[in-house]
Amino acid sequence: MTTARPTRHRYRPPAPLGGRRRATESPLRRGATAFAFLAPALIILGAFTVWPMLSALRLSFTDASGFGEPEFVGLENYIGVFTDPDILNAVTNTALYTVLFTPLAVVSALGLALLLNNPRLPFRGFFRTALFVPFVVSFSVAAFAWSYLVDPQVGLLNYWLRGFGIQIGNVLEDPTLAMPMVVLVAVWKLFGFYFVIFLAGLQDIPPSIYEAARMDGAGAFSRLRNVTLPLLSNTMAFVLIFAMIAALQAFDQIYVMTGGGPYGSTQTLVMEIYESGFRKLDIGFASALSYVLLAATLVLSLVQFVFFGRKEKDLA
Amino acid sequence: MSTARRSLRDLKPSTVLATLAFAVVTAIVLLPIAIIVLTAFKPAAEVNAYPPSLLPDDWTLANLKTVTSELPFARLVGNSFVFAGGVTLFALVFDSLAAYALARLDFTGRKVLLVAIIATLMIPFQATLIPLYQLVADLGWVNTYTGLIAPRAADAFGIFFLRQFFLALPRDIDQAARIDGAGEFRIFRSVVLPNAVPALLTLGLFTFVNNWNDLLWPLVFTTDAEMGTITSGLTQLTGPSGIVPHGVMMAGSLIAILPLVIAFLFIQRRFIENIATTGLK
Repeated sequence: MTTARPTRHRYRPPAPLGGRRRATESPLRRGATAFAFLAPALIILGAFTVWPMLSALRLSFTDASGFGEPEFVGLENYIGVFTDPDILNAVTNTALYTVLFTPLAVVSALGLALLLNNPRLPFRGFFRTALFVPFVVSFSVAAFAWSYLVDPQVGLLNYWLRGFGIQIGNVLEDPTLAMPMVVLVAVWKLFGFYFVIFLAGLQDIPPSIYEAARMDGAGAFSRLRNVTLPLLSNTMAFVLIFAMIAALQAFDQIYVMTGGGPYGSTQTLVMEIYESGFRKLDIGFASALSYVLLAATLVLSLVQFVFFGRKEKDLA
Repeated sequence: MSTARRSLRDLKPSTVLATLAFAVVTAIVLLPIAIIVLTAFKPAAEVNAYPPSLLPDDWTLANLKTVTSELPFARLVGNSFVFAGGVTLFALVFDSLAAYALARLDFTGRKVLLVAIIATLMIPFQATLIPLYQLVADLGWVNTYTGLIAPRAADAFGIFFLRQFFLALPRDIDQAARIDGAGEFRIFRSVVLPNAVPALLTLGLFTFVNNWNDLLWPLVFTTDAEMGTITSGLTQLTGPSGIVPHGVMMAGSLIAILPLVIAFLFIQRRFIENIATTGLK
């Protein structure tokens, strides 16, 4: 692979007439055309995402509760966020959830995609389809099904595991096992999505590169490490960031399965936002908490972009 | 595909072993779905019997009858179709228009705008929920389809997804039209969009599935039970009033997932190939 090929100057055809930048078109006119295309989406995103987000920023400095006129309270809510032991617990839980979910989901999706990319495997199409099916099931339905499967009295999974001598007891009431359980449900529901994205990325790697590596005497492991994984790094960055965002925003299955319990052991940040905003009606506090979560998400995403050395041209 | 039809003696033991391993993994992955389908048809006595069994001894429609009498099911499923379908239609149109500008038009501020749009992906939905609800209430849209659909009619993920796809389309496909003097909108509609059908189908599936399955927005937004979706309606079964039999719950879940699973199985053949041709990676 390292032998230098003589560099040749490729013949470049002259730029076609009427190229993409028309000299006659002013930047202003181009801007107006672009704006016409962008307007509907920008109006929707602006009105229903950005504007509520800015309202939330304003509310985060008030004692808004849904009743009466909110009063300005300065940084009180933010100080509350950083000193409240419940929030510290939610931060720890969210971190634990993210650390468990992201590698589990990404590694299982990547592993299955690598194995199912092998054209010699019989029933490949069937396996691919079947593994994606959980993705179309809603988190709440997934939560019902899994809760029933691990029910301490009549749960089929509990019963089968007992047959192997494994006692899992009442998983959803167990402070150490409840968190792995809600993570497992998320991995089950979401890995199919990452799996198809990896499959798509794998199909983009030209077979000739593998051929060349094989001729150089590279074994299967070496091909994986030196060819497949580096060429998948863009896909990997995309999947990791989406998986991380999904983990930081974990809510649905926890809401249905444990409600944050037992003893707050599955209480995540978004559960906390939901409870302070909708149960305790402490809207100012919920908004401050949202901003802290948003800041953390932005920072972690940036770290990943830098870590994976994603080229600027891929982003913008 | 043709390799799957090779005669059995060509198969290496390692291939057989790998196939068996995949069969086991797939069976485990599909177990929760099997439990939904099979429990939905179990009589109550069997649902709560010990030891539990996978298959019903006596198949019954009692659970399905109960769940359809507890909830206005036809109405909720209809609402889900209107909500998820409406969002999908609008989002495909608005997202593809925006993605076209971001991928194929040259204008000042393009990069900044793109980064800003991607950044909105990181906003947790729960964070905007209260101001969003107030906004929609001020517009007088509570308990209307407009209010349910409008906030979702464009989304950052879709714009990003289609932009990646439009970037990958060769530049010269629109040259002929451009030389003929076609405007940007005609190029978008009659050159770029017809080439983007796989990406639009894939994004359409994602959007439809995500909105059909969304719990929080319809739950918070619809105070009128008649305006809920099947996904939000199901959680009312578990409500504070307490215990709903597992069999009834699973019958409701079956109704909720059936349309999506059927739709997916219909398009699955093209689905992964479609993803492979889109810029999602």
